[in-house]
Amino acid sequence: LFQAKYKERGTVLAEDQLAQMSKQLDMFKTNLEEFASKHKQEIRKNPEFRVQFQDMCATIGVDPLASGKGFWSEMLGVGDFYYELGVQIIEVCLALKHRNGGLITLEELHQQVLKGRGKFAQDVSQDDLLRAIKKLKVLGNGFGIIPVGGTYLIQSVPAELNMDHTVVLQLAEKKGYVTVNEIRSSLKWETERAKQVLEHLLKEGMAWLDTQAAGEPQYWLPALFTELYSQEITPEEAKEAIP
Amino acid sequence: MDRFAWTSGLLELGETLVVQQRGVRLCDGEEKVKFDSGVLLLSTHRLIWRDQKNHECCIALPLSQIVFIEEQAAGIGKSAKIVVHLHPASSNKEPGPFQSSKYSYIKLSFKEHGQIEFYRRLSEEMTQRRWETMPTGQTIQVNKDPQAGRIRAVGIVGIERKLEEKRKETDKNISEAKEMVELSKSIANKIKEKQGDITEDETIRFKSYLLSMGIANPVTRETYGSGTHYHMQLAKQLAGILQTPLEERGGIMSLTEVYCLVNRARGLELLSPEDLVNACKMLESLKLPLRLRIFDSGVMVIELQSHNEEEMVASALETVSEKGSLTADEFAKLVGMSVLLAKERLLLAEKMGHLCRDDSVEGLRFYPNLFMTQS
Repeated sequence: LFQAKYKERGTVLAEDQLAQMSKQLDMFKTNLEEFASKHKQEIRKNPEFRVQFQDMCATIGVDPLASGKGFWSEMLGVGDFYYELGVQIIEVCLALKHRNGGLITLEELHQQVLKGRGKFAQDVSQDDLLRAIKKLKVLGNGFGIIPVGGTYLIQSVPAELNMDHTVVLQLAEKKGYVTVNEIRSSLKWETERAKQVLEHLLKEGMAWLDTQAAGEPQYWLPALFTELYSQEITPEEAKEAIP
Repeated sequence: MDRFAWTSGLLELGETLVVQQRGVRLCDGEEKVKFDSGVLLLSTHRLIWRDQKNHECCIALPLSQIVFIEEQAAGIGKSAKIVVHLHPASSNKEPGPFQSSKYSYIKLSFKEHGQIEFYRRLSEEMTQRRWETMPTGQTIQVNKDPQAGRIRAVGIVGIERKLEEKRKETDKNISEAKEMVELSKSIANKIKEKQGDITEDETIRFKSYLLSMGIANPVTRETYGSGTHYHMQLAKQLAGILQTPLEERGGIMSLTEVYCLVNRARGLELLSPEDLVNACKMLESLKLPLRLRIFDSGVMVIELQSHNEEEMVASALETVSEKGSLTADEFAKLVGMSVLLAKERLLLAEKMGHLCRDDSVEGLRFYPNLFMTQS
């Protein structure tokens, strides 16, 4: 009898809380509508405000970009901005994949996306790009963010890149290329381990081999070729991008 | 513009490049000058502008000359700008393109975008003031103009007050929202513990609340995946939208292709990646003519129910046999598929034992599995 009563009590409590939550939700909705009407424009136009807003949400423990159907999306229009950016990011990565094997610096991605958006579109910051990319991960296409130097490499193919590969990428970031001996001296690895990592990157098309370099062969990362930054996406590449 | 000095453009010892942007025009206050198309570089010590057509033409401004900076949003036909307010030029300044100027500010006009990033970096450098702690070959110009200091203080106090107001309002929102979220989380936990005391209906309603708030759903019911009514509706819509495109693409599309296609078609009220995945997870249980499939590699695709990837493997084997061997790239071009899906098909064929791989630095190449057929 005691147990039954206890259970009943538990149910009542939960129902109560549910009712209380409905009430609070309504009140919160009203406050949010007010907030939204004041700041909707700012969210669209001001990237710093977007960062603050995102930080606020992270503090509370909500993800405003989780669904296009959420409060945040519907009232503030945050969603559309990032979801559309996601589409543009996918298209740039697809178009350039054959050049860089699916690795691209955040800088180059930024420049190409800006170009694609045209002169009259809203400006987009690197922070915006990173947030959009984090959301794209769930699509299973292998989107990843790899910190290198002071910036990031964005991966857009489902190639497996473990800690060993990442660390070699970071080493290569300084000059755009890396050699077996450099890996051995900087990371204190055996030759075999260094070679395995470099061969994997070659196979994935993320590294190119220069056997004619003075000294030993150099492994270059096309993603880091600064000369290629401002190269336009050719019409053939653009076709590859749109399914 | 009279604060600028001619320079070689080379960085001094101890000076580091922070960011650079092409397509920047300089303006002397409100007036245009001949420096209309150049690369603007920000270093730890200076702002450097180099003409894109004539690399010899290069001018620089020490960051210590800057009082404060403002942003000017873009307009129709106008690029976004940064307005840079400057101290008067010091008497021992190196020669530059202008002897005098009637303005105490310049404008940087970003014709090829990049203004946001540049502004952020410039603000950072202005805060960090690294030029004071990292001496370089150049003489560091220290400005001790008391007049300018006083004027600056008034302006800054006004700005700080506005920021404080904003912060307070945001804090209020944060604490309200925090309460909401705490309550939601406690109920979510209660549901998890006592599944059965709360009705199915209420659970679904509650999940909608959570979805709306953007809270990750801790309650996963396998009957409907992590879906809600919204995702159910969405799944049905997708079945309608994707039928034809799928048929046009041989019955299979990657989820990223679907994401782009659907959102480009929508224009407004776009789907989040999570919405798409959650809706697709419900396709099979709703008995719709499409289904979600996840390959070993993690790649996710939508297939027509009528599509049979295993049958496609048989025709893939034929194609590879005809050519002797193929890489994913070559196969993709031959058949007219995306490289991503071509690779998945070849990998599946390998898994089923029809193909063998030759994995070398020249790439991954597939051959018919003669061990199977010729033993």
